[in-house]
Amino acid sequence: MSVYINKDTKVIVQGITGSTALFHTKQMLEYGTKIVGGVTPGKGGTEAEGVPVFNTVSEAVTETGANASVIYVPAPFAADAILEAVDAELDLVICITEHIPVLDMVKVKRYMQGKKTRLIGPNCPGVISPEECKIGIMPGYIHKKGHVGVVSRSGTLTYEAVHQLSQAGIGQSSAVGIGGDPVNGTDFIDVLKAFNEDPETHAVIMIGEIGGTAEEEAAIWVKENMTKPVVGFIGGRTAPAGKRMGHAGAIISGGKGTADEKIRVMNECGIKVAETPSVMGETLISVLKEKDMYEPCKTH
Amino acid sequence: MNIHEYQGKEILRQYGVSVPNGRVAFTVDEAVEAAKELGTDVVVVKAQIHAGGRGKAGGVKVAKNLDEARTYAEEILGKTLVTHQTGPSGKEVKRLLIEEGCDITKEYYIGLVLDRATNSVVLMASEEGGTEIEEVAEKTPEKIFKEVIDPVVGLTGFQARRIAFNINIPASLINKASKLMVNLYTAFVEKDCSIAEINPLVVTGDGNVMALDAKLNFDDNAIYRHKDIAEYRDLDEEDAKEIEASKHGLSYISLDGNIGCMVNGAGLAMATMDIIKHYMGDPANFLDVGGGATEEKVKEAFKIILSDQKVKGIFVNIFGGIMKCDIIATGVVAAAKELGLDVPLVVRLEGTNVDLGKKILKESGLNITAAESMADGAQKIVSLVG
Repeated sequence: MSVYINKDTKVIVQGITGSTALFHTKQMLEYGTKIVGGVTPGKGGTEAEGVPVFNTVSEAVTETGANASVIYVPAPFAADAILEAVDAELDLVICITEHIPVLDMVKVKRYMQGKKTRLIGPNCPGVISPEECKIGIMPGYIHKKGHVGVVSRSGTLTYEAVHQLSQAGIGQSSAVGIGGDPVNGTDFIDVLKAFNEDPETHAVIMIGEIGGTAEEEAAIWVKENMTKPVVGFIGGRTAPAGKRMGHAGAIISGGKGTADEKIRVMNECGIKVAETPSVMGETLISVLKEKDMYEPCKTH
Repeated sequence: MNIHEYQGKEILRQYGVSVPNGRVAFTVDEAVEAAKELGTDVVVVKAQIHAGGRGKAGGVKVAKNLDEARTYAEEILGKTLVTHQTGPSGKEVKRLLIEEGCDITKEYYIGLVLDRATNSVVLMASEEGGTEIEEVAEKTPEKIFKEVIDPVVGLTGFQARRIAFNINIPASLINKASKLMVNLYTAFVEKDCSIAEINPLVVTGDGNVMALDAKLNFDDNAIYRHKDIAEYRDLDEEDAKEIEASKHGLSYISLDGNIGCMVNGAGLAMATMDIIKHYMGDPANFLDVGGGATEEKVKEAFKIILSDQKVKGIFVNIFGGIMKCDIIATGVVAAAKELGLDVPLVVRLEGTNVDLGKKILKESGLNITAAESMADGAQKIVSLVG
């Protein structure tokens, strides 16, 4: 088991004929992801990487039976691509695109209210359930199938955590990148809930960064609801206040959103926080050992 | 993106938000001319820099006649203002706003911001005008009122009135104030603002409601659809290296240390700074080359890092996903050869096409220290820099 995606997930690629999308469609197909089609308006009837291309998402869904989509559409058109996927009633939409204007996302969130679709991202690496399905841009080879869930606001830090786990012989149930934007589809608590309910996930690494208070809220949720151990890391401990550190959401304003405050709340809520980004895996392993969970989590 | 107060007021005027008459001046003579044209008894001479706290730092003065206007313009223009937002080195004043004086009865605060918790734009207001909203929030949170705005219907009349009544705007001016708020919201949405703060909003003796100050910030991701806003950019207010980086689509921030960093991904870039500090080193910059970096972009990133005289060593930390390691490696090699690298370089590569990347570095014949992990790399660069 895993969260959000598995070997049965049927995926369409929105914006499939762009160069980034083509590259990653190929990578996803090689990983074993069931890519059943693509969408590029005006290119319907053609093929890309051996899958059929359609003009609209609804047409692609009708023809292929897809239940998920991944978006590589350029930022000025990405919000519309999300709306189109929601309109086509897909279960899951993963938006990789970065630099979407935030007010576009405010409208998207409003449009999605009461709709069945789950959005992950934007500005995220995607989701992977190792050895079953990879949707996004993460390098597949670093992952191993197993029992640790990873959730993160940062793509490259997700890879870092996964890599450390795999090297130590600890596999992952799923790794979910929720993205670095201030307005996104799925937050920490959504993913933590999913991991909590997933019987194959035994423990979770949660990777946050400066800006906003999502990590604090998630920590409080963990304390009150989570039955599985959670360890964490917060990026940006040494970031200067008032500067936006690359991600649109990563800014310390008015003393709020600091790494120290997040780490304090996480510790208070029983989440052990890794001292440096290079010991995220070790920190999880130490907690697994404390709770006699290390052996069951090892990948053989 | 930030703009100056006078530019913000130009935008507000377009949207029917009442602001005092004013003119921008780049020289003392222009300032006096502007004061003459305004023709009011009192003018205010206001320093235009991209930072708050100007008043306390001596950057805002009230002149009662043209001579005083000249004196104050001479005093403020060219002066370096140090406020709580400029950092210790301060900012030099190169522009002034000359504005008509106004008869203030009472000051209020209104601001529009994006609220992450509700994924909406929120209107905040307080009776405590002139004070920073963060300070009000800390000391008297009960004095802050909020309205969450539905993006479909926008800021409604009743919400604006409710805010106006809550912050005790005089009954006769409720409609004027709520109209101003609705207009401000329209400007916010149409121009893709990230912040629109009016502090203070004032009620005047002659029964007007106006924006005495204007702080407008814009969403960098939406500038592409606002050519008029892009033209407001003042390069004097930005770091030269940050400007150069933004031309090449690199996300760069200058810091005070001596270890140059080149990383892919904002999260990893922040974490790289953290781990360098952990091993007692000091990063010279934050630099995210982004997902779609080309060889050319990597080279530009290197140039920018090396243009910083403080840099005594470079740490390249890459975990390729969308970014391919071979492209980074080729760019690093090309840049090192072209620019003549005379500081230690530590490279850690992992992820997509990692073997190819490592091979390119190895075969380059350059003096590059390879690192096995980010901790290993951070330790190596810290010891090499000494």
